[in-house]
Amino acid sequence: MSLPVDAAAALEAFQAVGSWEQRARMLMQWGERLPVLADDEKVDANLVQGCESLVWLVGRLHDGHWQFAASSEARLIRGLVALLLARVNGLSAAQLQAVDLPEWFNQLGLSRQLSPSRSNGLNAVLQRMQDLCGRGLAPDGVGSATN
Amino acid sequence: MLVPSPWRADFPAIATLQRQDQTYLDNAATTQKPQALLDAISHYYANGAANVHRAQHLPGAHATQAFEDSRSKVAQWLNAGDSGQIVFTHGATSALNLLAYGLEHLFNAGDEIAISALEHHANLLPWQQLAKRRALTLVVLPLGDDGVIDLHAAAELIGPRTRLLAVSQLSNVLGAWQPLEVLLAMARTHGALTVVDGAQGIVHGRHDVQALGCDFYVFSSHKLYGPDGVGVLFSRNEALHHLRHWQFGGEMVQQADYHSASFRPAPLGFEAGTPPIASVIGLGASLDYLSSLDQHAVVAHEAALHDYLLRGLKARNGVHVLGSPQVALVSFVVEGVHNADLAHLLTEQGIAVRAGHHCAMPLLKAMNLSGAIRVSLALYNDSDDLERFFEALDQALDMLR
Repeated sequence: MSLPVDAAAALEAFQAVGSWEQRARMLMQWGERLPVLADDEKVDANLVQGCESLVWLVGRLHDGHWQFAASSEARLIRGLVALLLARVNGLSAAQLQAVDLPEWFNQLGLSRQLSPSRSNGLNAVLQRMQDLCGRGLAPDGVGSATN
Repeated sequence: MLVPSPWRADFPAIATLQRQDQTYLDNAATTQKPQALLDAISHYYANGAANVHRAQHLPGAHATQAFEDSRSKVAQWLNAGDSGQIVFTHGATSALNLLAYGLEHLFNAGDEIAISALEHHANLLPWQQLAKRRALTLVVLPLGDDGVIDLHAAAELIGPRTRLLAVSQLSNVLGAWQPLEVLLAMARTHGALTVVDGAQGIVHGRHDVQALGCDFYVFSSHKLYGPDGVGVLFSRNEALHHLRHWQFGGEMVQQADYHSASFRPAPLGFEAGTPPIASVIGLGASLDYLSSLDQHAVVAHEAALHDYLLRGLKARNGVHVLGSPQVALVSFVVEGVHNADLAHLLTEQGIAVRAGHHCAMPLLKAMNLSGAIRVSLALYNDSDDLERFFEALDQALDMLR
């Protein structure tokens, strides 16, 4: 299975990074590219519990393909979420199930962001994504499971 | 160096952390341990572990002796004299839960428990849940802008319905000493029991529970350079008889039948199960080490370091310090910068500080903050540690603004 175009670009960029400053700057740049979430989607029902900062995540199935959108008030977690969405958006439910997301962050040189002691929320975001996929539903009831 | 620490080399982990480019400034969460503690625990395990208060054999006698010596050392550290008993628990949280269950029978619906707005969850939730179980009112004493409990408000709120007052000695977020003398006097006037959460206070300076006059004083070993898994509950003799047995099993029992049992008095009656023997012995060694230090020098060092930290933070644009910290720690936020972002970039640079709500969610919410960064000091920190922190802070703010 080939990488989505955005994900391939991210991988190339992050694997070329030499210093922590560069990595942090790039994370913030990716965060800035994350499309803005509508205010009516920034509601408690879409809030990811367990983050230091507020993170909202919504997901919908369109014609059998997942489209996630997210937002956060903190810039670095927004960057991490953007990298996550670059990897998963557009995948079918079956494809998404097959993606090893911790390995994805490992390839990007960001595995430390998933260590159990981190409360930045990336773990919580992954968990939330799994829950959404398990239900095959967006939290606001939009979208529906295909199987 | 402006503020060197003469005790730095006594803590082997500090050198190890430094080799890993880590600057440890999260001491209000837990502290590094002195070599004396490592030696004591290693000696105990290398020379024959045994359970305490059970066996007549020699290893059992040695372990019991060392365990009880630690109890005496804790009593000395608190200047408890024969005014009360020292009970070992599994942590400060566990000690506070012991109180909230052991004293439950004293409360009737409508009674009041007073706490303050700055309590750590450990000194909030046990009372909150007790209030729910018994239909009590939890009264929250408000703070002034300086992060100190407002005494005028307290005088209004502590009254004849107050059955118990539970307050922190030193805030783990605001770093301000609380006016215990006045508060405890208010509580006593109304016949209320008094509980002091000394988890942070015990680490800075020496405190005398007889002079304080509280009924109960609680602290945890691991913040006081001791091992984790041990908490201490001091109970004044006059208050001790209120305390009902809470957890059951092990040597806390006197006589047991299938359908009834009688229990030992304090302290053993409140130490159900096998206690954390090695850790209690280790705490004794940490207290021996701390007792060997020039206490005035330690206090002066901590004050100089705190001043250095506070000045450095206040000199930086956009930094807002929470309250008016007096000792031990400073919490702050930076205008236009999310604390999670700042924490991320400090971590990248090997600065170990705490970010978030510091187990005091209601306090942060009341201050309209989603979180804050906390730098907390120990006696082994020096001004180089703070310089590394300031450099990293400047670098992080440079990137974020």
